[in-house]
Formats: sequence, structure tokens, C-alpha cells
Amino acid sequence: MSLETMSVFSPKLAARLDALVLKYPLRRSALVPMLLYAQDEIGYLSDAVIAEVAERIGITELEVRNVATYYSMLRFKPAGKYNVQVCTNISCMLRGGYEILERFEEELGIGQKGMTPDGLFSLEEVECIGACCWAPAIQVNYDFHDELSPEQVPGILAGYRGKEIANA
Amino acid sequence: MPRLVSHPDEVKIVTRRFGQGAAAIERYLELGGYEAAKKCLAQGPEWIIDEMKASGLRGRGGAGFPTGLKWSFVPKQSAKPKYVLVNGDESEPGTCKDHLIFLHDPHAVIEGTIIAGLAIGAKTGFIYLRGEYRYLIEIMEKAVADAYARGFLGKGIFGSETEFQIITQTGAGAYEVGEESALMESLEGKRGVPRIKPPFPAVVGLYGGPTVINNAETIATVPHVIAMGAAAYAAVGSVRNGGTRLFGLSGHVARPGVYELPMGYNLKKMIYEVGGGVRGGRGLKAVVPGGSSTPVLLPEEIDIGMDFDQVGKAGSMLGSGGVVVIDDQTCIVEFALRTISFYQHESCGWCIPCREGTDWLKKSLTRFHAGFGEAKDIDNIQYLAENMMGRTFCPLGDAAAMPTLGFVKKFRKEFEEHLNGKACPFAKHLDLAVV
Repeated sequence: MSLETMSVFSPKLAARLDALVLKYPLRRSALVPMLLYAQDEIGYLSDAVIAEVAERIGITELEVRNVATYYSMLRFKPAGKYNVQVCTNISCMLRGGYEILERFEEELGIGQKGMTPDGLFSLEEVECIGACCWAPAIQVNYDFHDELSPEQVPGILAGYRGKEIANA
Repeated sequence: MPRLVSHPDEVKIVTRRFGQGAAAIERYLELGGYEAAKKCLAQGPEWIIDEMKASGLRGRGGAGFPTGLKWSFVPKQSAKPKYVLVNGDESEPGTCKDHLIFLHDPHAVIEGTIIAGLAIGAKTGFIYLRGEYRYLIEIMEKAVADAYARGFLGKGIFGSETEFQIITQTGAGAYEVGEESALMESLEGKRGVPRIKPPFPAVVGLYGGPTVINNAETIATVPHVIAMGAAAYAAVGSVRNGGTRLFGLSGHVARPGVYELPMGYNLKKMIYEVGGGVRGGRGLKAVVPGGSSTPVLLPEEIDIGMDFDQVGKAGSMLGSGGVVVIDDQTCIVEFALRTISFYQHESCGWCIPCREGTDWLKKSLTRFHAGFGEAKDIDNIQYLAENMMGRTFCPLGDAAAMPTLGFVKKFRKEFEEHLNGKACPFAKHLDLAVV
């Protein structure tokens, strides 16, 4: 297939990925970032994404899967548009990380790796996100929210819901 | 936005540009930026390495290896290209210092990388950030682009004949990639599985070329060492431990935050004076001194200087400088379980003692904490952990075993209190969803 005509990515991302493979001494070094950027746009690593990434890098789909399954941020099923990642590792745990997680579970009505029926939110308990001194902390997609209390949870969710309404 | 903190005992060297808009290149230049790189360009590699050796700067990633010595191991002549690789995969629980460096002073990382490149004769440097740090990657990429635009990177840096380029890289979620050989594997587009050593990266590293790998804090410190002079930098710290350290106070401390304190600063003072003591006026139960992989210290063991040697002598490690404070209302079994669950999740499975060991430890501790433990389990936990030590390619196995051994040895009584169907005395839940 020709990548120009058959790409599963937007023209903007396709151009970015074209440049990405030329950035390194070896083309394959583009693999991990390419998978992450692809996931950012498509939502997950679908079969079509894996196939195109394999072709762009010049390795087999099996090799792509072999690498992709190693990295915890990469996923093979869709997540919500806003993926809420709650850290419960030690520094966050000591300052109420599990209470934050519980509150998100209650507010969203979903559990670990669950997704709301409207596809807007998913929830994930994650390992340390490097915000230990500002615990408890979460990430919604790539946005950090730190020094949280459970009472702030509804407001955070409302903020993202509001963003959706504004974009509609 | 992560909050910046301050304390009169701080000696602001690495953090001196924090909060001053130094991510913008004009501001960085106003604050004396890139002068150290220019000086190094004029002085040459031997001078740089001598300065680094004299500074007493030791690796801030956790191992504490002398930076100048590390750089001197790279062969002068090499058929393959040489590389500098900056480790910003910051993932050790309790550690968030590099987060602030990338946010507030990205050009210091670039300048340090240039200097490391000049020292070893590399033409390419890589700055690898963990995938979760997307906003920081964007800040770094902007800074790198600005440095190229000014001619500080590229074909002839600072108007010289010397070439140096920097390539940024993102990870995608993996603690183990913080280990240097796994980091190189990841950068080569593979699973972050560790390599056997030797050969060491200084001889055979990235793409098979000689490679120096330094933690982001180490690299960000380098321009300051050059700017203030090695002797002045060394004088700030303690014996064989030059300079300052970005200590991250977290957990049950009244004023958590990243504080830059001289190496050798007293841990007790750090917690009670700098950090304001235990939150809510509670008692101190334990301290994890250098990230989750370092063995726990008891309150009577914390009257020590925080440098690589003194913490080592106290039976733990300075590690990443992430000090986690634990109050007397915390269940240590639960804390040990949460710690081991992390290592079980992050073990890549390549080495059997780590893969099986972390899994069994998690299972044993889960059962134990739930009140279904037996007396022999305590010894078994210890036996399992002891048999992981030193038996894996990378230190993840040790990182899981060492804190576990510390918890069991120092809090055996609390483990015993969980025995025979008794509920956890702290009646806390720990619903371990992370798999």
C-alpha cells in the first residue's frame, strides 16, 4: 500500500511521523514515540495502526507488537476520550491516593480500566507519575492535577465535561 | 503546576534559575546561561574531565558513581560514533526532581549535554524523558529548537568548528527503562530489557558506540560546576560527595517539596526543620531515604548525613534522594505490599529471580496483610528476597528485594501482629488494582 493514500493517520500526524523516522541514526528508534503519537490520535493501537507503524519503520507487525506490549502507556483497546490515571504508589498512597481513586470510581461508576458508556472517561490506577512531592496526583491524559483532595474530583470531571460542551 | 518550595538552609545551585522563566532562552542567557559550554569549548576535553573529577560530583540517578571518572572511561578513539544519553526516565517512587529541572531549566540540561559531549568527543546527545512527562518533553523540544536557532547546537556550535546535535526522545511507560542498558534498548526501539555487563556502555553502548549515560540532575548540575569552579562546588558538600542534591520530601511530612540542600545534610533536620516535621503532629514511624528501592530507616537511625557514604554506612542508600516520611498511623505491611506490587508490575520478566521473586513476594504479602499469614511466611518472605539479590541482569531485582528485607527485619513485630486471622491493626484497605 502507499502510505500517502492509505494512511490511518491525519495528514498532520503522517507528516510528523515521516519526519520522525529521519530524526535518529537508526530508523527503528522512532518506534516507541511513533506508537505513542499514533495512540494519542487514534485512541489505541488498532490492527491498522500496528500495520502502518510496521511499514513505516520497516519491521514486521509481530516485532511492533512485541515492543508495544512492554510499555504500560500503550494499549490495544480504546480508552475514554479523557483517560483518568490515578497514582496510588507510596507517596500518593500516604496522602490519600486510594481515597482519590475511590472517589473517581464513585463519580464515574466504573472500576479499573473501565470506561463510561458515553466514552468520555476511562479510569486507570497507575504507578508513580513523578509528582510525589505534590501528592496525591493524577493525570488526565497528559494533564497533571496535584495536591488533590477527594472533594476536588467532581470539579475536575466537570472541567473536562465543560470542555466537551465548549468544543461541541 | 508543581509548587516550588523554599527553606533558608537551601543552597541554590542547580535550582537557582527555578521560577525565573529560564525555559525561555533569552532569560537563560541573561542569567549566565551557555557561558560554561563556551568555556569548555575553549578549554578542551581533558580540562573538563579534570574539573568534573575535582568537583566530587557523583551520579544523581542513585548509584553515586563519580561523573568525571565515568566520562574518563570512554575511549578517545572509536570507530563507531560516541553518544551522550541523558536519563530523564525518572520513575523511582518518591522521586520528582527531574520533573522540576525539565520544567524550569531545560537549557541547563542542554548545556550539560553539550559539555558531556565535548568531554568525551561525542557529536550526538539524546535526552530521554518518560512518556508521562509529555508537557515537559514539549518544553525540552522547544528549548532544543531555540538552541539550534542560536547556533548553540548544530554544525558549528558557538561559532566553532565543533558539531553537536541533540535528539529528544519519549518513553511510553516503563520504570525499568531507567536502568541504563534497558534505556539504550528502549532508545533503539526495542523492549526495555537489560543487557548483560560487561561490556559497559562506555565501551559498547547505544548503537554499539561508546556511550555516557547520566541522570538528568547530574547533567543539569554540570554547567554550574564549570561556572562556579570545581573546588567551590566540592566545598559545598561533604567528604567525597561534592555539591548539593535535590532532595524530594514526600509522604507524611508537613511541607513536602523538592529542596536543594548540601550533600551530607542531616536527615533528621531535613525532616523536622526543612520539612516541618510529621504532618498533623503525629509520630514518626519510618523513613525511606532515597526512593522506594532503598531500605527503610527507623526514627533512631535518621541522625545521619545525607550523602552516598553516610547513608550506606547506616545500612541504606541515598538513591534518588526521594525521602518518603511515614507516620505512626501507617501499616508497614501495607506499605511493603504497595512497594513490592510496584516492582512486580515493573519487572520485565527477563530474569527469573526477579520475575518469580516479585510475584511471590506480592502474593505472600497480600495474603499476609489480609490476615491469612502464617508465622513461617515471615521467614519465607525474607528467604525469597535474599535469593533475588545480585542474581539479575539489572538492579530491579535488588530494588525489590532490598526494601522488603528492610521492612521484615526492622518491623518483624508488626508482621507478627498480622498473624492468624487478625485484621490489620490499622484497619486500612489496600485494593491492589494495578496488574
